Amino acid sequence: MSARNPRRADFPLLAANPDLYYLDSAATSQKPKVVLDAMRAYYERDNANPHRGAYALSARATDRYQAARERVAKFLGASDADCLVFTRGTTEALNLVATAWGYANVHEGDEIVVTALEHHANFVPWQQLALARRARFLVCPLTTDHRVDLDALRAMVGPRTKVVAFNHVSNALGTLNPVNEIAAIGRRAGALVVCDGAQGAPHLRVGFDTHDVDFYAFSGHKMCGPMGIGGLLGRRAILEAMPPYQFGGDMIEFVRDEESTWNALPHKFEAGTPNVGDAIGLAAACDYLDGLGLESVLEHERALVRLAMDRLREVEGVCLYGPPPSERSGVVSFTMAGIHPHDLATIFDEDGVCIRAGQHCAQPLMRRLGVSATARASFYVYNDEWDVEALVASLRRAKEVFSGGGELLPDEMVPCRGAR
Amino acid sequence: MSDLQELYQSIILDHNRRPKNYGALEGADHRAEGRNPDCGDEVKVELAMSGDRIDDVRFTSAGCAVSRAAASVMTQKVKGKTRAEVEQLFATFHDLVTGKLRPTEQEARGLGELAAFSGVARFPIRVKCASMPWHTLQAALRDGAPRA
Repeated sequence: MSARNPRRADFPLLAANPDLYYLDSAATSQKPKVVLDAMRAYYERDNANPHRGAYALSARATDRYQAARERVAKFLGASDADCLVFTRGTTEALNLVATAWGYANVHEGDEIVVTALEHHANFVPWQQLALARRARFLVCPLTTDHRVDLDALRAMVGPRTKVVAFNHVSNALGTLNPVNEIAAIGRRAGALVVCDGAQGAPHLRVGFDTHDVDFYAFSGHKMCGPMGIGGLLGRRAILEAMPPYQFGGDMIEFVRDEESTWNALPHKFEAGTPNVGDAIGLAAACDYLDGLGLESVLEHERALVRLAMDRLREVEGVCLYGPPPSERSGVVSFTMAGIHPHDLATIFDEDGVCIRAGQHCAQPLMRRLGVSATARASFYVYNDEWDVEALVASLRRAKEVFSGGGELLPDEMVPCRGAR
Repeated sequence: MSDLQELYQSIILDHNRRPKNYGALEGADHRAEGRNPDCGDEVKVELAMSGDRIDDVRFTSAGCAVSRAAASVMTQKVKGKTRAEVEQLFATFHDLVTGKLRPTEQEARGLGELAAFSGVARFPIRVKCASMPWHTLQAALRDGAPRA
């Protein structure tokens, strides 16, 4: 086998733990030293409350915050940095749209369409909005290889559709969705088009100016940035017409006893003291990823996914879910006949192999796959063949541990409806 | 024995693959469902009570080996027991899986198959799996409005 991935040296946690096989980057990525250094430097040199203090230090914090916004907007292909609203992450960004835009624009009899591939964060806010507004909530079905069924979507989206919400990349399966095709279907109906980019931004070049979506939500911590920062990219006209999401702090312009007015974009949607330190960390993460080149990041992940799928297929009883490697990012979701994913995760953990086991915040998808849970290995910039081999070796060990349980029962021989 | 072998003892693997008292209970008068949203485990416990005593108990589950085996052993242990006896058993079991109770050989014999779960103590994130069926049993016992 080749030498270990030299990128591991960029990540202090991985560098300090050579026997750790971290395969859970779809949950959160590890953080490179350059990101940690940038945050520390901000707190050591430039920390003050931005926009407020009439002193040089506060002005410096304000400038750093603005520079971070411009850097992140550029990374995501958005030329108008004022249309990037920093949030705590994707979940808050999607709730912001569903609440602020949704309550002002969705009414009884309207329809909201999401897909069966969604993370709960892009499913439940819309479901709850529909319930509150007596709107219809429709879930677009999947094809047999677990992609959004575009024909079904075309049939589902019509003149009553107010929102089409979908993910760029499925967190549970890694499926890449055709953003422009789905957006065009929503666009033709005059619907708001919302893309959950939590699993897109870390792996794919996002061109917000060229994608025909109204909103794009993302999280910093899945793309080498710190936890607690992410954002919402939106179209200026829509953001300006929308009511605020939260009140107080930077989002205020004038407050009279009877009424108040709101600050300009992006501050209108950033109530309270902004998260400057994490925004600076996220900007440094964008620098880091651009230094690697996102195209080579995806290529690297796909090579590992291809290898992992090939090696896992050799193990009897494995069922793989999702499309072929060329149509996914760095995620491999699988089950093993007779061994629950949670048991797999415990056995893997003994070998230092970190995977996610469970429903991946995607219960509607799990129901459609006909499983109660899957095991998910996800790859990123620092993974290598060694991680794949450790994964497969642990799986074989799990089979050994469980071989004491005797023959499989008929109800454990679940028919594999995956991609194998 | 390695920690893994201790966790996945043959008793646990056997009960996982061939659970006892598995399926719906006809004539159940108390029932409850338990869920662990972290991993998707689900268990349903049904009871037929006569007064304070559990006459019969059955369960169904979709979950890991630890939770399924724990449910299976639990149903064997609590059949014929009163509410107070069940509480006592669960307290002992909970101490066992959290490592508070390290049974002597003699105590382990008294615990019977419950003793097989002592290996869970080394895996704190799996304590929930082992105790979930018991919490569900408690909920079933509290199920105050019995349905026919």
